[in-house]
Order: sequence, then structure tokens, then C-alpha cells
Amino acid sequence: MSQLPKPDTELLRSKYPDVFARPASARLAMPATIAAALAIFVFGLVDLDFSPSKLISGVSQLGWITMMMIPPNPGASFPLYMQALGETLSIALLGTTLAAILALPVSLLAARNIIPSNLIRFPVRRFLDSIRGVDTLIWALVWINVVGLGPFAGVLAIMVSDFGAFGKLFSEAIEGADRKQVEGIRASGGSVLHEIRFGLLPQVLPVIAGQVLYFIESNTRSATIIGIVGAGGIGLQLAEQIRVLEWQKVSFLILMILIAVAAIDFISSKLRFAIIGQRAVA
Amino acid sequence: MATAISILPAQQLAVLNDAYRKAVARKRLKMTIAAAVFCAALLIAAIGAEVNLRTLFTYFGNFISYFDRILTLDSGARVWTDPAEWFWGWKKWLRMLGETLLISYVGTLIGAVFAFALNFFAAQNTSPSRWLRFTVRRLLEFARTVPGIVFALIFVIAFGLGPMAGVLAIAIHSTGALGKLFAEIVENADMKPVEGIRSTGASWLSCMRFAVLPQVVTGYASYALLRFEVNVREASVMGFVGAGGIGQEFVVAIRKFYYSDVSAILVTIIVTVFIIDISTGWLRARLFGKETRR
Repeated sequence: MSQLPKPDTELLRSKYPDVFARPASARLAMPATIAAALAIFVFGLVDLDFSPSKLISGVSQLGWITMMMIPPNPGASFPLYMQALGETLSIALLGTTLAAILALPVSLLAARNIIPSNLIRFPVRRFLDSIRGVDTLIWALVWINVVGLGPFAGVLAIMVSDFGAFGKLFSEAIEGADRKQVEGIRASGGSVLHEIRFGLLPQVLPVIAGQVLYFIESNTRSATIIGIVGAGGIGLQLAEQIRVLEWQKVSFLILMILIAVAAIDFISSKLRFAIIGQRAVA
Repeated sequence: MATAISILPAQQLAVLNDAYRKAVARKRLKMTIAAAVFCAALLIAAIGAEVNLRTLFTYFGNFISYFDRILTLDSGARVWTDPAEWFWGWKKWLRMLGETLLISYVGTLIGAVFAFALNFFAAQNTSPSRWLRFTVRRLLEFARTVPGIVFALIFVIAFGLGPMAGVLAIAIHSTGALGKLFAEIVENADMKPVEGIRSTGASWLSCMRFAVLPQVVTGYASYALLRFEVNVREASVMGFVGAGGIGQEFVVAIRKFYYSDVSAILVTIIVTVFIIDISTGWLRARLFGKETRR
């Protein structure tokens, strides 16, 4: 077995000094960041009343709850839950559609290639940003104050919070559109509305349709959540059953939500593929 | 200058036009059917969601006047005329806001650590066994699909009211979300270094540490920061179910009709979310910028 020659460390050191002697700032940056992150973490644990005894008793409590959840059993309220699930799906579908319809004209105002003036675009963008900064649950609480408890408040909450998101996404899709087709319409004597209808919409509609479908999918989740504050749907049933500690019903409801979300995921990914595929062919 | 445009003979033209019309008609028919199905679904949804346009029209004034009311102080003046009165509870609210940020920070960190520990088992190219991979994937999926606030509701009962339930709920949800994203980064990593290290006789753990980790760690940091941003929003509503943070103050203000407080807390939340968005965006740009410069 041959022995490899020992590397001449001294020579290497003198040849490549910066490889061996990194400046202190570079060497200390990583440990300092980690130490700071850990310090904040520990401070957080203390400040948020974490204690091992609480954790242990909580975990054992949780284990007990999990035992109580098996087997999932809806009792006699299965039809009621199916109806609530339908309500949730309705909320998601209706809220997303309304948001898309409302957001389309506003997104035109926020797109750079439609409205070159900063004076209009800037406030519209900030307005959309602040709508997006507020969580769907908060909108749900506000709408409950306005139209009362029930699924209708949920529809309006999803509508408003998605309006902000769609406005931004649509305007980005419009900004990404090709100018040439719009110019072609203008060259043949079309008005501004013609340009939007025949030059822009055919380009952006498939993108927008894909995004709307994706949001319907993610809103099925949001719609289950807003029920917890009283805006109808399956979340309302879930929150009620958790409060009265009917764990078998809780686990059944969670299973229902998981299955519904998986089903919607499947359908919408198929549909999205169909739309995008159609676009690639056309 | 006139250019002659060649025109096909009428017979040929008729055939082409016919084919074109048929193709368009088929497309239109498809579109119409799709639109009809969609409208029918909407109609059913509207009935299911108890949409009542009359209620909306009667109460829409309420929506506008609600914003009018939350922007008015008890004295009847507009809120911005007297910021000191508007933000009278700023000390308490700032403390609650700090708690919210801490909840999302601690939750994200715990979630990231668990996701880090699990993601190598979930990724196709590094997982030591198929069964382990399947189990870990289903586990992450479950943690991701159940909304965070549902975990919070259950944890509030198990761990008692307070921020601890919120932290754990956010941690579990983040584990699910980050675990999937982390695993995707690992699946995109270059496998040649792994082979190189394995050829020296290294264990699975050393392969992960010295071949995979250096490639993926920037991506991890970026996704974790993004998650922190999302979690700040999430943590701001954890208080609705009693899991700590500013949400608790907010829900009290809204339920007890303390109008100007509602707008004050809303403004604080929106401003905080803005600041966090901008600063994490900046930080991520710096992290990625460093990566590309190297």
C-alpha cells in the first residue's frame, strides 16, 4: 500500500492566505446569528409561559383526547354535517367567484401597461395591499357585525379578502401580457375597450382562470376556518363539538374536511391542467 | 401601391370556411356548456350559503357606516384628529403585538426544526426506506391540511388558555408546510456530492451533513423566513380562540363594540404585517443575493 505524500501545510498557507485566515467578521457572523436566534427563542419561551410541567400535562391530556377520538363517529348528526360541508363548499365557490368578478376591473387600474399614471396606480395598489394585510377571519368578524351570523357573512368575508389577493395577482398577469397583440388591435383602429377585450383578455384569461381555481381550492380550507367565529359551514360544527368535548364527532368532522379538501384538490388540478393544456394547444 | 391579395377559388374557400365555422362552433358550444355548468353550480352554492340579496342591500349601508363608526371617537370627532385618544391603549397593544410576534417566531422556529429533522426522510432521493418516506409524507400532509386554528382550538383545551397553545398550533402547521417545501428542495439537490461522500465510506448521516446540507441550507432559510411572515398573520388571529396574542384584544373590541379601538388595533396589525413583509423580503433578497454572487 502506497503512502500518500503529506501535504505541505506551510507552503499552502503562505500561498493562499485568505483561505486560511478569514476575517473575524465572517467567522463570527454565523455563530452570532445562531446565538441571537437562540436567545430570542429562549426569551420567547419564558415570556410565553412555557413550562415543562405544563407541557407534560398538556401532552398527556392530548394523548387522552386522541384516544377519545377513536373511532370517529358522527352519531346521529351525519346529515347535518353533510349539509354543513355543502355550505362550506358553497361559501368557497361563491366567495371566490364574486372576488374574481370584482377584482378584474380594479386590477386593470393597478396594471402598469393599462394605466401608466402613478397617480391612480399607486393608491389602488396600496388599497389592495391593506385589504390583503387583514386576515380572512377578521373580515368574517366585521361582516358578522354587518349582516349577522351565518354563511352569508362567510361569503362576503372570503370575497373581500380574496379581492385584495386577486387584484394583485391579476394585475401582475396583465403586466406580463404581450404588447404586440394590443398594438395590432390599435393599428386596425380599435378603441381602448377593444384593445382590452380582444388584445389583452385572451392572453390573461387562462392565467386568471388557473388562479381562480387554485383559490377555490385554498378557500375550501379558509371557509372551514371562518365557521369558527360564527360564519357558517362545517367550521361552526367543528368549533361547537370541540367546545362540548364530543371528540368522536370532532375527529369525524376533521376527517370529512381532509377528504373534502383532497377531493377539491384533485378536481381543480385536473381542471387547471385542462385549461392550461387548451391554451398550449390553441 | 396596390398589392394583389390572392383569393382562393370559391369552392375551396367554402370548404375551408365551413371547417373553420365548425371548429369555432364546437369551441363555443364547449364554452357555453362549461359556463352553464358553472352558473348552475353558483346558483346551488347561493342557495346553500343562504345568500339573500335583500339582506345585503338593506345592510350594505351598515358596512359603510361600520367603517364610519370605527373611524369616529367617542367624542364624535374623527379618529385622526386626536391620535393620543385613538391609540389610548398603545402600551397594552404593543405588548400584545410583541407577544404575537414572539408566538410566530417561536412557532416558526420549532416548526422549522421539526421540518428539518423530518424532511430528509420525506425526500425521494435521500429517504433510507420507502415505508418511512410514506409515513413521514402522510404525517406532514395531515399537519398541513388541518388548519392551524383547529389545532389551536384543541390545544387550548389540552394546554389551557394562553399563548402556549398558539405556539404549538403554529409549530405543527409550520412543520407540515415547511417539511414539504424542504423535501422539495432536497429532491432538487445535486446527488453527485452524495455519491462522492458515500464512496469514502461515510454513513447516511454524514452524507446528509456534508453533501446535501450545504446545497440546501439557503433555500431552507428563505422558506423559513417566508413562513414567519405568513405566521405573523396567523398568530394575529390565534387570540380569537383564546390562544394568545393581539387577536384576543381585537375580538373583545369587536364584540363589545369599542369602535375606535377596532380601527386602532386593525391599523396596528396592518402596519406590523407591512413592516414584517418588507423586512423579511429585504432579508431574503440579501440571502439569495449572497448566493448568486458567490
